[in-house]
Amino acid sequence: MNTATATLPVEKPAKSRGYWGNVGARVVRDPVFWVAASVVLALLAMALFGPWIAPADPQASSMLSRLKPIGTDGYPLGSDELGRDMLSRLIVGARLSLFMGITPVILAFCIGSAIGILAGYAGGFTNTAIMRTIDVFYAFPSVLLAIALSGALGAGIGNALLSLTIVFIPPIARVAESVTTQVRNRDYVEAARASGANAFTIVRVHVLGNVLGPIFVYATSLIAVSMILASGLSFLGLGVKPPEPEWGLMLNTLRTAIYVQPWVAALPGAMIFITSIAFNLLSDSLRAAMDNK
Amino acid sequence: MQAPVQKPLLSVQGLVKHFPLKKDVLGRGGGVVRAVDDVNFQVLPGETLGVVGESGCGKSTTARLLMQLIEPTAGEVLFDGAKVGSRDLPLKEYRRQVQMVFQDSYASLNPRLTIEDSIAFGPQVHGVSGGVAVARARSLLAKVGLEPTRFAGRYPHELSGGQRQRVNIARALALQPRIVILDEAVSALDKSVEAQVLNLLLDLKDEFGLTYVFISHDLHVVRFISDRVMVMYLGEVAEVGAAETLFETPRHPYTKALLSSMPSMDPDRRTLVAPLAGDPPNPINPPGGCRFHPRCPKAEAVCGQVVPSRKALALPGVTQGVACLIHEPGSGHTLAALPTAQEAA
Amino acid sequence: MLAYLLRRVLYTLPIMAGVALVCFALVHLAPGDPLVSILPADASEDLQNQLRTLYGFDRSLPEQFFSWVWRALQGDLGTSIASNRPVTTEVMTAVVNTLRLAVVATLIGFFFGCLFGFVAGYFRNSWVDRGASLLSVLGVSVPHYWLGMVLVIVFAAQLNWLPATGAGPGGSDNWVWDWEHIKHLLLPAITMSVIPMGIVARTVRALVAEILAQEFVVGLRAKGLTHFGVFRHVVKNAAPTALAVMGLQLGYLLGGSILIETVFAWPGTGFLLNSAIFQRDLPLLQGTILVLAMFFVVLNVVVDIIQSLLDPRIARS
Repeated sequence: MNTATATLPVEKPAKSRGYWGNVGARVVRDPVFWVAASVVLALLAMALFGPWIAPADPQASSMLSRLKPIGTDGYPLGSDELGRDMLSRLIVGARLSLFMGITPVILAFCIGSAIGILAGYAGGFTNTAIMRTIDVFYAFPSVLLAIALSGALGAGIGNALLSLTIVFIPPIARVAESVTTQVRNRDYVEAARASGANAFTIVRVHVLGNVLGPIFVYATSLIAVSMILASGLSFLGLGVKPPEPEWGLMLNTLRTAIYVQPWVAALPGAMIFITSIAFNLLSDSLRAAMDNK
Repeated sequence: MQAPVQKPLLSVQGLVKHFPLKKDVLGRGGGVVRAVDDVNFQVLPGETLGVVGESGCGKSTTARLLMQLIEPTAGEVLFDGAKVGSRDLPLKEYRRQVQMVFQDSYASLNPRLTIEDSIAFGPQVHGVSGGVAVARARSLLAKVGLEPTRFAGRYPHELSGGQRQRVNIARALALQPRIVILDEAVSALDKSVEAQVLNLLLDLKDEFGLTYVFISHDLHVVRFISDRVMVMYLGEVAEVGAAETLFETPRHPYTKALLSSMPSMDPDRRTLVAPLAGDPPNPINPPGGCRFHPRCPKAEAVCGQVVPSRKALALPGVTQGVACLIHEPGSGHTLAALPTAQEAA
Repeated sequence: MLAYLLRRVLYTLPIMAGVALVCFALVHLAPGDPLVSILPADASEDLQNQLRTLYGFDRSLPEQFFSWVWRALQGDLGTSIASNRPVTTEVMTAVVNTLRLAVVATLIGFFFGCLFGFVAGYFRNSWVDRGASLLSVLGVSVPHYWLGMVLVIVFAAQLNWLPATGAGPGGSDNWVWDWEHIKHLLLPAITMSVIPMGIVARTVRALVAEILAQEFVVGLRAKGLTHFGVFRHVVKNAAPTALAVMGLQLGYLLGGSILIETVFAWPGTGFLLNSAIFQRDLPLLQGTILVLAMFFVVLNVVVDIIQSLLDPRIARS
């Protein structure tokens, strides 16, 4: 070896924008992204700081002030069937509603990705065994499975979280397996095997970086569904128990009030609707930014 | 007086790979694709062995078998006398010695890694520390003609095809192997870029003392770069020999036909008649006897029954050979020589 | 082709077995003694044991599973603890009601979804497209139980045009397709149709845009084909996937009708499921879930088969 090659170039090489850098650049140019992101941030702020932002105590009931309309003095968005301030309950309710919606997706993302990547990389019999088991759960419509599981386990936040997580694991695992199988057959994975690396290193260095992106975007599209489903469980009485403020539960208890104060009764659902739209738009713009190679 | 017998660096004996075909629900189908059937050859230290043949002849499968990226159905590969995968030569150690450059330059690189990270990955797997591996990657980039300050931090999609292939070559060299297998490595490049990369390969071979196995369907390129050439047909070796000798005086009828199909700039050497007749081969049900016999202009009845012998091709010191009954004394072919008194005895 | 169909049908059998297992296991996940709901609090040991034997709760779980499956295959899903009627009868009546609702909802959703999706895909990237896309995002994002409530507020409470709940005069057993009954069907069906509408619109839009962008369409136009001719080609290419999506949506509606049926007090399977859960009526719960899940599995197979008949490429893969 001649000495000229033994010395390193002095300056550090210029690092160019990677894949995520490019996705980020595309996404910030999308106006829909900004609208959706600001709504989501506002909701998250409500969830985090709820108890301090709310003007009144969400649990303070007053039988004299039941079902006041929107715009009443002291009750800007009206009051519910127990006389509690709707605005405060809606704000504080964000915490539980968002928590019940987002947490199952996060858990299912972790578990489902692990299962799917394992099945996708291992191939052969392991793959078949895992995916056929997943198929059995896929054979249930998700709402039915969620309700059946919740119904079987009983009401309560923990049980609802468990059943929702179980409902979302199969679709995420499927996506993970599909993407991993594609990546596994690429030449650069073969080249990595040819370098003598073991399976664990290959998955860590070469597979994960190429696979987690698409799975993540798919998972974000599930958040809205999860929120609606979680609130739906509370609506049926299977999730959060009273008197906790949660939008789905509030819809349930206010149902009978639709003849008396229809618009107050409809408010919690409107919050769910807005949250769902925001997350769907966010996920859509992220997917659009990623599709563009 | 015989030249001293050179010990082969790589010796392939009886290599077989059959791919099973799936049966459908009624039990039809099944059978195997005989992709590689009883292949024997050697690779001598310091040479470039060219491998040519039609699509489907088994060149790429052989390359992957050499790299142990797929498991052989039968046969063995010996590196420097030691059997690959045995206790003397565990697989991971063998992988350091033999590396491969693939045809598709883009698909061979992880789109999420910078090219210096891609190159540094191999050494890191074998225990080289991060800093040293990256330094080695950068010096290799300089070697293949890509200035590290400009290129090291780039991603594959920001490079041209020729540049990516240089990166792949640098990546193959990062483990300091002794043999580099080039599987159609320049086939996808523009001609001018191809010439540059070929010259780079020759320079690197001299500088690092490498041995190449160069697989290609482009006969001109193979002639340019190879010391010896091996011709494959339908999963078997048809002929092996020194490059110039093989191109000037091909012996196997298939080699003759292959070479006469090369387009030439010489107006006196136009191809007037299609060199090969007959149906293209089917590796699922290959013809019996010599596999080339349905298309061979010199075929006779015996060719459909007797398989030409190839065992000699793997023996040390045997640098050329032909798998054809015409060149086997005593085979029964009318053009074959009669066995000498010694052989008949 | 035949091989593919055979394989597809055979493959369903282990899935069905798995589904039955999950149904059975689900219900036995429930903590607590299944007898609690039927027994008076001070029931004697004797009575408890009698009932336990009667309902088969004293046998081992695998035994219970196989005897349940065996009887189910013969059409006997046990007796509802709460109503004392055979589960099969209850479920089948409810299924018919839900089907009425779900089929109407699917048809509405499919029709408008295709319309919006097609228009959006044809005029892609114009304001029509963006408008339709926005509508379909709204459709997909809406919590349907809330939408039901809003529709009830607007059309029943405020305007009093349509009834809020129920399945019509004479209960669900005397269904006739007359206005008296249909007006009970309208609100829940429209509510149910919104989400499938959104999904179908999105899918059709993507399909149409993709087909129109392909080169063979340019070739057709160059051949001199009229707009109507191109339209027919697009429909032929989009039909398999669109129909598949519609079939799947029908399946989801069947399984997921519980929320809407609760809002509108529609006497379908969802409503039945609801009461089974709250009354902890295990045989009814098991039976309902099993029937719904099986419906979904069969529907999936039918959709797959129809799709492969319409799109020969699928059978070859």
